[in-house]
Amino acid sequence: MPKKFEISKVLLNLLFILLSLAVILPFLLVIAVSLTDEKSLTQNGYQFIPETVSLDAYRYLLDSPDVLFRAYGVTITVTVVGALLGLLLTAMTAYVISRPDYRYNRPTTFYVFFTMLFSGGLVPSYILITQYLHLKDSLFALILPILLSPFNIMVMKGFMSKIPLEIIESAKIDGAREFRIFFRIILPLSTPALATLGLLISFSYWNEWFNAMLYIDDPNKVPLQLLLVRTLNSIEFLTSNSEFTQALGIDLSSFPNNSARMAIAVLAGGPMLVIFPFFQRFFVKGLTVGSLKG
Amino acid sequence: MLKRVTMASGTEHVPVPGAGLAEQGPYPDSPRGTQKKKSWFRRELHHFRNNRELFLLSLPGILYKLIFAYIPMIGLIIAFKNYRYDLGMFGSKWVGLDNFRYLFATDTAWRITRNTVLYNTAYILVGTSAALLLAILLNEIKAKWSKFYQTALFLPHFLSWVLVGYVAYAFLNHSDGFINRTLESLGFDPVSWYQTAAPWPFILILVQLWKVVGFNTLIYFAGIMGINSEYYEAARIDGATKWQMAIKITIPQLAPLVIIMLILSIGNMFRGDFGLHYFIPNNSGFLYGSTDIIDTYVYRALREVGNVSMSAATGFYQSVVGLVLVLTANGIVKKINPDHSMW
Repeated sequence: MPKKFEISKVLLNLLFILLSLAVILPFLLVIAVSLTDEKSLTQNGYQFIPETVSLDAYRYLLDSPDVLFRAYGVTITVTVVGALLGLLLTAMTAYVISRPDYRYNRPTTFYVFFTMLFSGGLVPSYILITQYLHLKDSLFALILPILLSPFNIMVMKGFMSKIPLEIIESAKIDGAREFRIFFRIILPLSTPALATLGLLISFSYWNEWFNAMLYIDDPNKVPLQLLLVRTLNSIEFLTSNSEFTQALGIDLSSFPNNSARMAIAVLAGGPMLVIFPFFQRFFVKGLTVGSLKG
Repeated sequence: MLKRVTMASGTEHVPVPGAGLAEQGPYPDSPRGTQKKKSWFRRELHHFRNNRELFLLSLPGILYKLIFAYIPMIGLIIAFKNYRYDLGMFGSKWVGLDNFRYLFATDTAWRITRNTVLYNTAYILVGTSAALLLAILLNEIKAKWSKFYQTALFLPHFLSWVLVGYVAYAFLNHSDGFINRTLESLGFDPVSWYQTAAPWPFILILVQLWKVVGFNTLIYFAGIMGINSEYYEAARIDGATKWQMAIKITIPQLAPLVIIMLILSIGNMFRGDFGLHYFIPNNSGFLYGSTDIIDTYVYRALREVGNVSMSAATGFYQSVVGLVLVLTANGIVKKINPDHSMW
């Protein structure tokens, strides 16, 4: 009996090893291509094991790193400002909704969640932001559209509802006003939820490309993801970006087209792929805390 | 989940110092009948004063939603206009239902609707069953190893669709891509993946599964962890097999979670995954027949074709049908089992 049991365990592990490989190998292909010599790429195609290893692609990209660094700068600015502002607004709104004794609790809740069910769609928002708020080519066009998500409010509210009302009441008896209660008592008590949501919001800002595609044309304000979009659509974006070619006097025929394309993906996506998995459990927690029953 | 919100506000009313005043009204002595209107107004004003500070706390959020969610709803009128940038939203001419007539006259509307609904159905069916199966299997593996597999499967979740586009490109690229080179070395003809529409439903479903299966598996796995272990002990004493336990305990216990995830997905049936359908096919015109969904069409109409009104009309169609679908899905679930509905 125990022997048969063992065999099924081995098979099960084998299955998951294969699945894990199927997930991880595609990443390795991208990294391998970025490290392969351009000539061997055109000869052998994209291979998992480079015939000739070459750092040319990275050398080209890092010799004039302005484009990449600027994109990192934009993305970091947008992520930090957006996450702090978004977290504060989310907490404030969620706290008010979580208070059962607030008179306008139900209308406010409906007001917030209705936006999840129905929206004006792309065109009205686009016209609002470009024609009325004049935010084209402004970093605010990257921050504002995804600042406050009803889903995050819901998660936060689920957490804050668990804070006993007695704490708030006793603070009131001591003469504290609502703002003081919120900033001095509720926020410190909500640190775990704030950390989880802060991470989720930062993540969505870091990986945001849609608003950048809509609103950013100015090459100085291109965030990482938009840089990736443009490079994916045409490698010419890199080569036609005069900083690369002029500064180095690159002979375009020897420019490592294929490997540079993959190298920019590695340089732009790699760091986060190393950092985010450490916070993996928070991502699931964010979804299971307040949003799902039970 | 919305239900809890209303419950908290409705039935669990907790008396607060000062709230007793509210019930009596501010002027308990004044005759109610004579000055009914005025006293109602004053009472509301009094309530507002009591709740003023909390209201102020929610005000930034309310204003934000007003500007970025409610005001754009006015913009839905563009769907009934011939929008011109120089004339603006209110200056452009009304054209009635012309935009919709034009949209439904071609086969575009049918194509993008069919694609959006069919793809979403496939994603839901394939994704949910794969994630459930993997979560149940993961539960049978020692915690140390299971942690490792979870992280590996979860990894693509951290990538944006743009980056997944690069990964797909490394495989599908016509001249140098891994798949074509492998095909050639095996003696087959290479395929122009970005110009051949037929295989794309399978490619998209596979890529979607690759990216999200880890996340969904973890959600269901967390759900399994939450099941009372006494059920399993009792079953073990009764001599139940692993298979019987999975069918008779795990799946029924996970049902509420699965159903909530399903309602959410059905409600979103009309909202396609723009990133997946835009970057993975590399926005290739050859593939629109089998990859184009409502969201990509709306984007192209606005940004590439420049037909604002057509884009708005399609967006309007998507929003309205989407709302109807959410309400219907929730209504049906409420009829069958009120505990599982969202509100």
